[in-house]
Amino acid sequence: MSEHTELLKPLISDKSSRVRLSITPLTIIGLSLIFVWILIAIFATQLAPYDPIATNTEAKLQPMSSAHWLGTDILGRDVFSQIIHGTRVDLSMGIIGVISPFIIGIIIGVISGYFGGFIDSLLMRLLDIALAFPFIVLVLSIISVLGPGLINYYIALAIVSWVPYARLVRAEVLVLRKTEFIDAARVLGFSHLHIITRHVLPNAITPAIVFVMTDIVLTILLGSSLSFFGLGVQPPTPEWGRMIREGQTFIGTAWWVSIFPGIAIVLLALSFSLLGDGLAKQLRVRS
Amino acid sequence: MKKLKLLALRFIQMIPVLIGISIIAFVLTKVSPGDPVRIILGPRATAEAQAALRLKYGLDEPLLTQYIFYIRNLLQGDWGSSMTFRTTVLDLIVKRYTPTLYLLIGGLISSILPSLILGIISSLKQDKFIDQLVRIFYTIGLGLPSYWLGLTLILIFAVKLGVLPATGFGNTVGGHVRHIILPSMTIGIAMTPILVRNLRATLLEKKEADFVIASRSRGIPENYIFRRHVLPNSLLPSINLLGIVVVYILAISIVIEPIFAIPGLGQLFINSIIGRDYLVTQGLTLVFTVIAMIATLSVDLITLFIDPRIE
Repeated sequence: MSEHTELLKPLISDKSSRVRLSITPLTIIGLSLIFVWILIAIFATQLAPYDPIATNTEAKLQPMSSAHWLGTDILGRDVFSQIIHGTRVDLSMGIIGVISPFIIGIIIGVISGYFGGFIDSLLMRLLDIALAFPFIVLVLSIISVLGPGLINYYIALAIVSWVPYARLVRAEVLVLRKTEFIDAARVLGFSHLHIITRHVLPNAITPAIVFVMTDIVLTILLGSSLSFFGLGVQPPTPEWGRMIREGQTFIGTAWWVSIFPGIAIVLLALSFSLLGDGLAKQLRVRS
Repeated sequence: MKKLKLLALRFIQMIPVLIGISIIAFVLTKVSPGDPVRIILGPRATAEAQAALRLKYGLDEPLLTQYIFYIRNLLQGDWGSSMTFRTTVLDLIVKRYTPTLYLLIGGLISSILPSLILGIISSLKQDKFIDQLVRIFYTIGLGLPSYWLGLTLILIFAVKLGVLPATGFGNTVGGHVRHIILPSMTIGIAMTPILVRNLRATLLEKKEADFVIASRSRGIPENYIFRRHVLPNSLLPSINLLGIVVVYILAISIVIEPIFAIPGLGQLFINSIIGRDYLVTQGLTLVFTVIAMIATLSVDLITLFIDPRIE
């Protein structure tokens, strides 16, 4: 008995066998930036100096001033206040948009990789088809059928953007399937469901989690461009892509209406990219 | 001989994908809101005209027969008519592909050249100041919305500096080229981050490969190793990436053509969605997908013939 514990001791006390949380600076910067964005979204009403949808015909297309830090648009709405309120839409769009693709992709990837055989080849052909379509073309075609709007954008994403998750998870599962500890679990008579949820998934999910950050960036970029074309968020809800559209006509005379919301998109995207890079480094995933 | 076999296999693999794509396009026509006959003929069509159209598209037949009718019509070049333009979809597409082709070529040049230069410099000067700059550039660049980038370039080069036209496509070849400079720059700035990131990672990986270390230990000059061993071996994976690059450039063109008022397929696509011109949307969905397929296929073929390892 004591001999056994002696033998096991180095294994138990070896810290490297546990996941080490050595957080990289990139992760910290990314996380703090995202935290700031979340605070802006929550306290938008308190932070914004003006009502974002209140029009003021006396103050239209005004340049930057102490009264309007980032100027006003054609209806006299304060650009700064609109950007602050737009955070709510654009931030939540990025996060909500990746949830269902993430779940669907992981389920498909695990089933495909774990069971292999006919199911795998069928699902892989499905992947080929989904990949053959340029992503944006498929999303736009689905929007054309469903009609404009944020909910329909989420539906389109659920149909289309699970593909990379499925590929990432499947690749991991294919390797895991042949490892000894999965064999051991199988020999011990655990059910497939138990093996998948307790042993396969926790070891296969890391690259997918890292990809979530890139996907959030893509979702925000595509979602805002849909709103830019009037196919996403509908007026008067403040949204950055829509703001850029509204300023397009006045790009020569009142550039601030379009340029500042774009900078907001770049900064929000950057926050998630930094977190993604940090996580990739930390979890040793090749992005 | 082996290569021919691989080639044949690659073509055979396309068949299920093509069938899948056609099924998706067919389903899109089925689930589009409204009665297709009314959509095509308009609300005031006579009962006879409606009946004739139903017969032509097999609309009273079971779904499978309808699908076969759909494929037959597609292959015969009958892609339906546009509601907004009062002309056939195929006609519209044929008239509008040139600007998109210009943009594709311009976009390819302006993405690949800077990516090569930046990727090589950054990997040679790893962790030096210039490498840090390149890395900052591509981290920010990944989050640039291309439509906003287009507007920003219009603001700088057309409005403020007045050196380049903001919108339109011109009438002569020279005019076309002048008009696609800004859109191509937009594509280049949007694409370069993705490409540089990949190229830099591959170059750095190959710099530490066994065959490079072997050459280094034999005392072969570092410059020579880079030119003869590192670079060629890194370019191959990048060529593989080209297929995806074409697809990406196509996607960016769709978004920026309306901004630069370039009368190409992208603008047509966006307008057809906004104007609910379903048949145009579906036709273009097919065209874009086929272009994407051809792009990936030709890249596969190129690698097949230049990579000596494939046997």
